Amino acid sequence: MNLLLSQALIWPVVLPLATAALCALAWHRPAIQRWISLGGLTLMLAASILLLVQVETEGTQTVAFGSWPIPFGIVFVADRLGAAMALITAVLALAIAVFGLADIRRRQEHAGFHPLYLGMIAGVAGAFLTGDIFNLYVWFEIMLITAMGLLAIDRTRTQLDGTIKYAVLNLLGTLLFLLAVAILYGVTGTLNMADLGRVLSESEPSAALALVAAMFLVAFGIKAGYFPLFFWLPASYHTASIVVSAIFAGLITKVGVYASFRVFTLMFSVDEGGIRELVAVMAAGTMLFGVFGAAVQWDIRRILSFHIVSQIGYMMLGLALATPAAMAGAVFYIVHHIIVKANLFLAAGAIYRATGTYDLRKAGGLMGSHPILALLFAIPALSLAGIPPLSGFWAKYMVIDAAFADSAHWLAGVGLFVGLLTVFSMSKIWVEAFWKTPPLERKHARRVPMAMLVPMAILGLVTLTIGFAPEPFVLYADATATSLLDPKTYIEAVLGPQAGLDLGEQQ
Amino acid sequence: MNSMIFTASARILFALMLAASIFILWRGHDEPGGGFVGGLVASMALAVVALAEGVPRARRMLRIHPMSLAGLGVFLGFVSGLPGLLIDGSYLTHQWVFFPNGFKLGTTMVFDIGVYLVVLGGMLALVFRLYEDAP
Repeated sequence: MNLLLSQALIWPVVLPLATAALCALAWHRPAIQRWISLGGLTLMLAASILLLVQVETEGTQTVAFGSWPIPFGIVFVADRLGAAMALITAVLALAIAVFGLADIRRRQEHAGFHPLYLGMIAGVAGAFLTGDIFNLYVWFEIMLITAMGLLAIDRTRTQLDGTIKYAVLNLLGTLLFLLAVAILYGVTGTLNMADLGRVLSESEPSAALALVAAMFLVAFGIKAGYFPLFFWLPASYHTASIVVSAIFAGLITKVGVYASFRVFTLMFSVDEGGIRELVAVMAAGTMLFGVFGAAVQWDIRRILSFHIVSQIGYMMLGLALATPAAMAGAVFYIVHHIIVKANLFLAAGAIYRATGTYDLRKAGGLMGSHPILALLFAIPALSLAGIPPLSGFWAKYMVIDAAFADSAHWLAGVGLFVGLLTVFSMSKIWVEAFWKTPPLERKHARRVPMAMLVPMAILGLVTLTIGFAPEPFVLYADATATSLLDPKTYIEAVLGPQAGLDLGEQQ
Repeated sequence: MNSMIFTASARILFALMLAASIFILWRGHDEPGGGFVGGLVASMALAVVALAEGVPRARRMLRIHPMSLAGLGVFLGFVSGLPGLLIDGSYLTHQWVFFPNGFKLGTTMVFDIGVYLVVLGGMLALVFRLYEDAP
């Protein structure tokens, strides 16, 4: 038991992987797969909580697989950011799996939904916890392959269309990522991220390294949906079934954001080579184009997809400023956004269950017929729009306040303006789906099952908790930002105190 | 494909290729080879049967669904790391048993069999589907 605890770092990745294998073993028995999946994800949640507690009490955790000496073997590293992301992944994966009990159809289970879903969760958790840049690429590939399977699970024409759009651009992204890793390995001779951080801080700027930084930015930008690389996202997310859309909306883009945060704090700095200006312009573009795109849409899922893009812009804003306050805001924003955005997609699924349509023009009257659903939608919607005192308000406040403090007034202005337009979008869904009298009167009200309402309520409760008691979360985000901007702690945790000393002398 | 010569030789080929795949898997211990290549050869052995005698027959020979086979492989990979965790507290550190005559067995073998099964299952899931869809 003690051994299991001492290696808490591996379980958030190994457990979903083993669970995916067990589900594949029970290929013809979807009922069994369902319970294996829920059991595995519950264990993953427990392991992630354990990991977070360990990181908080003992500092950054490191594991080298197969006892290979660092930096030659593959390492997993959990610092504050990685552990928090792993925990949020586990929370979301479990909540959405419960929602799936009511939403996933028999056909989709026979097509392998559970193994693919768990495989993707393992990929996401692996990306958050790995300390090896090539290993990060492997997790990206695992995510991509399982995501393609999940997107195309119904094998309809629209889904295949969406999947191809998704696959082509994301393959391009991962290819760029692989090329960047290859060049980086050629220049530095190491793949361990902590070691890369050490070596790169000592090496002279060169054309090759500038190219690598640009390639990383583009590769992660495609994954995360940065302007001008986001257009695949609204084109593919809405074709998937709602459970898949929800987990994609919550997690997949954030892996790209996480990877940019990791690479541009630990290995490269945004201060060098005009990256800061580039990221700032991309952040503003991401915010604006996302929110404008949403304004003209009528399909709930498309509105929400465009809003993923606009919200990603706020996180980039934090990276562009790269002050401790801005980074803390961005970290807070990521956590808030993952919960809220996935919850909104789940709400869209529940609205579909209640009205039989995703088209807002055909929906209506839910306020009277489904008041609980209305309440559960209102929490994440108001939070996304940044209405105090919900989590989105604190997130936006932290980021925009940091922008003013760093006298990046135009970025702060864009952030405020986009926040206003977000209110417009959310109120559009509210008015159309909940207040308006429905264009077609239904004879029988369609019930929304408990398995849908409970996960939404739990995610809503998390949003409310962050909103009403933001202090522990803000403190955690502050500590995370401080350690992100001081890569020495990360490097020392992996390579030992000596490496940190060398680094100190260099500076 | 209704060719008697092909059908008859397919069985011989199947046995030979399967034996070769297991040899490659074993050889991969210290020399070129291993689970990945072995799994590919084994999947080709079953693909020959599927081509000669039809996919339903090949599926019956396999008995379980190809994806279950792949799942078993991933699970073996997971299990192969556990002894290391329990013995010296590091996941995937492989453990060895040495015999006096120089023969050795290790948990890497379990991992490699896992790789073999993943490749076999994954390839067959693909190949069977393609052959079934072919006119």
